[in-house]
Amino acid sequence: MTPPVRIAQLSCGPDYSGVQHEIETAAHEVNGEIFFPDIALKDIRRDFDAFGLDVRSPDLKLAIARAKALVDGRVEADAVFIATCFRCAEAAIVRNELRRFIHENSKLPVVSYSFTERTTAGTLLTRMEALTTIARRRALLARETQQGITLGLDSGSATTKAVVMKDNKIIGTGWQPTTEVLKSAHGVIETALAEAGMTMKDIQATGTTGYGRFLVGKDLNANLVQEELTVNSKGAVYLADRQHGPATVIDIGGMDNKAITVMDGIPGVFTMGGICAGASGRFLEMTAKRLGVDITELGPLSMKGFGGRVPMNSYCIVFGTQSLVNALAAGSSREDVAAAACHSVAEQVFEQQLQEVDIKEPVIMVGGTSLIEGLVHAMGELLQTKVVVPHHSQYIGAVGSALLASGFIKDE
Amino acid sequence: MAKIFIYPATSLILSDLVSRHGHTPLSSAVAIRERVQTAGLESPPLQITPEEPKKGLKWAAVEVPSGVRGRMSLYGPMIEECEAAIIINDADFAFGCMGCARTNELIKFLLRQKDIPRLDLNYPKNEEEGVKFVAAIKRFLSELGGKK
Repeated sequence: MTPPVRIAQLSCGPDYSGVQHEIETAAHEVNGEIFFPDIALKDIRRDFDAFGLDVRSPDLKLAIARAKALVDGRVEADAVFIATCFRCAEAAIVRNELRRFIHENSKLPVVSYSFTERTTAGTLLTRMEALTTIARRRALLARETQQGITLGLDSGSATTKAVVMKDNKIIGTGWQPTTEVLKSAHGVIETALAEAGMTMKDIQATGTTGYGRFLVGKDLNANLVQEELTVNSKGAVYLADRQHGPATVIDIGGMDNKAITVMDGIPGVFTMGGICAGASGRFLEMTAKRLGVDITELGPLSMKGFGGRVPMNSYCIVFGTQSLVNALAAGSSREDVAAAACHSVAEQVFEQQLQEVDIKEPVIMVGGTSLIEGLVHAMGELLQTKVVVPHHSQYIGAVGSALLASGFIKDE
Repeated sequence: MAKIFIYPATSLILSDLVSRHGHTPLSSAVAIRERVQTAGLESPPLQITPEEPKKGLKWAAVEVPSGVRGRMSLYGPMIEECEAAIIINDADFAFGCMGCARTNELIKFLLRQKDIPRLDLNYPKNEEEGVKFVAAIKRFLSELGGKK
């Protein structure tokens, strides 16, 4: 049996919040093992002083000392999980600085998270899986070309996508809203295979990702079942042809958002989440519906408007919709409202998530929302950079899966 | 005999001093060890459940971090029950330590709000201060009417 991936936990508050068991359960489910770097009291004083961040909480001082022990190689680990209480300003500063410190001074993959007492193992599972994947499957993630004939399937919360790839080219695609997970999966596979002019018998390897990956993976007997953080970042740098050097991948999804810094195609630091649906693709879907346009028309519509003319803060999807209704009732144009909605979502992702990763250019936007021009434009303005949207960006998870799955094709 | 809340609540030395004078120390039974192999410096020996931070809402509002509320579910009732308090500020980790600065601020504030006998001392930095420190604690405990 493969030995568990050793994940060093640097934290403040999970035990008294009642979530330590959840963290350990999530790690255990993906063959990870949480451990607390063994530190002497005298080392806490020395390392905390050397780090130079003068925090008050002793547990944060302990976390700093543990981070230094990891970077100095005094404690060995495969990955790092940094977790502190949600709404603690002092802890947020430490969490950010430790993430940066470990990322810049070691090769350890890091994920940071702020929890409440309601955090469950299920919430943490994808993040833990990504940590263990990066630690355990570096060789697989190093793959740069697709070989043979492979099928990739992304069973997302809002849509299901499939691609068929042959000899490093996409030859078939399928897309439909997710209803029944398996039914939607089979539907998109059928479409993709028909476009490729193939049947399932021609497929040499299959990969699945997204929320429904386990169910669909089992049904298809997939060679690769992998979370979307590593798969999407791999797919993004592959499609954007930025497989070497740094990059930042942003995926604003239907249910949550992902921001991932990548080096040579391998994720380093990532965040996943979003406080409320107001910062997700769902809000843009609702906006389109209220404006009476198809979601595909929202992008061009927003590019004709000026968001600054409409006050909108979609921190919460309910209040965001209220702003939208108020603006329309006050006579704002549909174009301006569409632009304001795009800006609001981009701003929230920028404020809530992109602060947790160090943005490295190029910035690559992927996922269905990357086709909404106004959103990409708003993100580019906020980041002061030109955002890259690769071809087939809406199929990113499926492409990443198909690419990585080709590593499982046996030589004949 | 008095029920005395000690801060840091993990201080075995303070707890012992209070007991020796015949009083009841209100503290946590978590010892700070020279090597830390748990999540925090004073991780609870038993699993705290997600219900505890909700119980802590009695002492801290919902916008206060869950770690503070979880601790308050433990220390809040002790603060309500205590008849006297000893607060040692800026103590050395080994003397006794509580991991969250925000909880520490709240605990000390709530104790200072209570109309009870209270000893507020700084942790000694040298031997001379140490002698005065122990003497002050002894005097406080004696005046509360415990054993001599």
